[in-house]
Amino acid sequence: MADYETYQHDVLVIGAGGAGLRAAIEASAQGASVGLVCKSLLGKAHTVMAEGGIAAALANVDTEDGWEVHFRDTMLGGKMLNNWRMAQLHAQEAPERVRELERWGAVFDRTKEGKILQRAFGGHTYKRLSHVGDRTGLEMIRTLQDRGVHQGISVYMECTITRLLKDGDRISGAFGYFRQDGRYVLFKAKAVVLATGGVGRSYLVTSNSWEYTGDGHGLAYRAGADLIDMEFVQFHPTGMVWPPGVRGLLVTEGVRGEGGILRNKDGERFMFKYLPEATKNDYAATEEEAQQWVEDTIAGRKTTARRPPELSTRDNVARSIYTEVKEGRGSPHGGVFLDISYQDPERVKKKLPSMYHQFKELADVDITAQPMEVGPTMHYIMGGVRVDADTGQSRVPGLFAAGEVSGGMHGANRLGGNSLSDLLVFGRRAGLGAAEYAKGLTAEPAIPQDEIKAAIEELEAPFQRSDGANPFEIQRKLYDIMGNHVGIFREEKDLEKGIAQLQELKKEVARAAASGSKLYNPGWHLCIDLRNMMICSEAIARSALLRKESRGAHSRLDYPNTDESLGKVNTSVFKDGEEMKLEHTPLPEMPEELRQIVLKKKETAHA
Amino acid sequence: MREATLKVFRGDKNGGEFRTYRVPVEEGMVVLDAIHYIQGHLDPDLAVRWNCKAAKCGSCSAEVNGRPSLMCKTRMEHFAESEEIRVEPIKAFPIIKDLVTDVSWNFEVNKKIAAFTPKPDTDWIWYQEDIERVQEFRKCIECFLCQNVCHVLRDHDRKDAFMGPRFLVRLAGLEMHPADSLNRTEFIKDQAGIGFCNITKCCTEVCPEEIHITDNAIIPLKERVVDQYYDPILWLFRKLTGK
Repeated sequence: MADYETYQHDVLVIGAGGAGLRAAIEASAQGASVGLVCKSLLGKAHTVMAEGGIAAALANVDTEDGWEVHFRDTMLGGKMLNNWRMAQLHAQEAPERVRELERWGAVFDRTKEGKILQRAFGGHTYKRLSHVGDRTGLEMIRTLQDRGVHQGISVYMECTITRLLKDGDRISGAFGYFRQDGRYVLFKAKAVVLATGGVGRSYLVTSNSWEYTGDGHGLAYRAGADLIDMEFVQFHPTGMVWPPGVRGLLVTEGVRGEGGILRNKDGERFMFKYLPEATKNDYAATEEEAQQWVEDTIAGRKTTARRPPELSTRDNVARSIYTEVKEGRGSPHGGVFLDISYQDPERVKKKLPSMYHQFKELADVDITAQPMEVGPTMHYIMGGVRVDADTGQSRVPGLFAAGEVSGGMHGANRLGGNSLSDLLVFGRRAGLGAAEYAKGLTAEPAIPQDEIKAAIEELEAPFQRSDGANPFEIQRKLYDIMGNHVGIFREEKDLEKGIAQLQELKKEVARAAASGSKLYNPGWHLCIDLRNMMICSEAIARSALLRKESRGAHSRLDYPNTDESLGKVNTSVFKDGEEMKLEHTPLPEMPEELRQIVLKKKETAHA
Repeated sequence: MREATLKVFRGDKNGGEFRTYRVPVEEGMVVLDAIHYIQGHLDPDLAVRWNCKAAKCGSCSAEVNGRPSLMCKTRMEHFAESEEIRVEPIKAFPIIKDLVTDVSWNFEVNKKIAAFTPKPDTDWIWYQEDIERVQEFRKCIECFLCQNVCHVLRDHDRKDAFMGPRFLVRLAGLEMHPADSLNRTEFIKDQAGIGFCNITKCCTEVCPEEIHITDNAIIPLKERVVDQYYDPILWLFRKLTGK
């Protein structure tokens, strides 16, 4: 059997974006010995790409804001499918987490009074997103990174975990390899926190980086945890559509938050006609009212105007753009126009500097003078590991999850800005939960030797398949399946076809072959990653087939309406032998006082 | 479809060679797309780092026709159709394989810098104009291109004595933070080795975030060092008092 290195920690955190770093910092502050594994170099995780801001009811700009309103917006945005306790903790704790970042050195943009500035975003009643221009994620990850390196956390860079290890039912560690040179590594750990992010690389048009192969989802599934809400995949309404090389690249919602206008090729401001009845009264009724809101916002004045229709929730805006294009009213490259060029160029450059550069350098478009072309791009998965809201623990003792890899917080649709706050709130909670769990263990859990042997064999296998398939070719086939059959709009016959094709593709994945050596070999790495991508893709397709309604980000052409009875259940995916099983499980029941908070909004919306 | 010719370095610490690839070019393509084409269709074990493909993460640094660049920002249209595009790893750090280098030294250096330490009476109120400069420094995406072109690190390999522009920018961001309470001037002089910088501005030229590394970060820090250690009046005072 091949050699491997061994490290030991109380808590092993897998993933070093916002959630993983925050979890590691917290676990370490609790006195735990912490190992932090990152698939890339430290500071390059997907959080670094987050642009618009962190949602937190600081009430610095709109003083009427408070956690109740944030809670309500989150539940309504998630079409009431959210785990209410997570939504509550998130709304209550996000402001403190943002202030804490500032105390750790983050430098947010300021209001005229010198407080943290907040901007408007889709589905948020008030201006709520603390931000740094359009590079908020960079500010966050760098702040956490610099905080973390002074806490004695051991960082294992460019390391991929391929298997979680258990002693009976309990977590006892993890096995993986260093991407740099293919060395194998065993981590003994009392608790493991998954913070691996999302699954976007199963789609061709995505804002996600190569790392997003659903590793945590796959690891948890194989270790016996259940995944919920996997049918809810967020297509961000505004990705770049041209040139081809940058297709899918994110255009921050901040553009719309700063007053960006969506128009079709006929110049129609189409979002007015797509506002759902239930929330229509929260939005401007005319272009003049929307313009008033923008002018007041820029001037830092109180406004009586309602917000522009472009600030509807992401699921709705993405569907609307898709529909406009499909019905022949799209822009030349198959998107729609997003225009901020009517504003002062210096302001645009100041508020949206990276968008300015991104379009200038990659698309030859000057956004201060011309509209952008944008269209939906796969961006985020609401579904993930089912966890206890307070501690982040899954149903596997010792296995915790936080951030995008966990499920429940965002329900059927995530509001923009609620991801960065999610990372901070639940990263901290999972770190705390894991450290306390580890403290409570009296004996060191044992490492199963046969599991190590199996882990090494599956890592060696791609080199032994001389007639195997090219992993990149397999990934391209996966793009086709997911793009054609499991996209924004779904239908039974499409989904069934997609699932059948995934079964066929699985056979190719089992034959995926690597050539060359173990020294920094992306082909080999992809052979390994594909397994998790297949688990996630199948879970998404099967969950989408089972939910026979349209809700939030899940739109069924054959079931266009919302079914109230399905609003009381999550779709749960779990492993039963070698089979993927699904069932509907009841949502946790919301306490009456919280229900009242949500209802209150509904009444005012209808008033 | 038009095709481009790329010469990509393939090798490791034991040596290597430039291998020639023909890659179809579509509109708006960047060099990183071409590298991905090679990886996805021709040589799956071609090693390259990348994450965001949007110049936000600073992973895909390389030298393209001798110019240190982010591959995700370097458009194929910048090169004439007949021009060969040479892609090789950045030079100031040891090679691992192909386009990937060992940049771990930077992460070790970063640990030595004393963390942000707020003054106890901070009220956390400050104005946009007070923080513009610090925000400029915090735009750094750690692509290490500035480290790569700094001749102290690249040509003289004085990593033992000089932390390089990236970390002078980080130090400047801490020193000019309105709430920070520490004085890192001695560290900047002795450990960061700011005296090694002779202001050739190579770092500023390659910075993809357009941070004015030399003018806004390094020169003000040099002035602080001079004020604290080389002020003639202070020198005389110390001489006379023996302090």
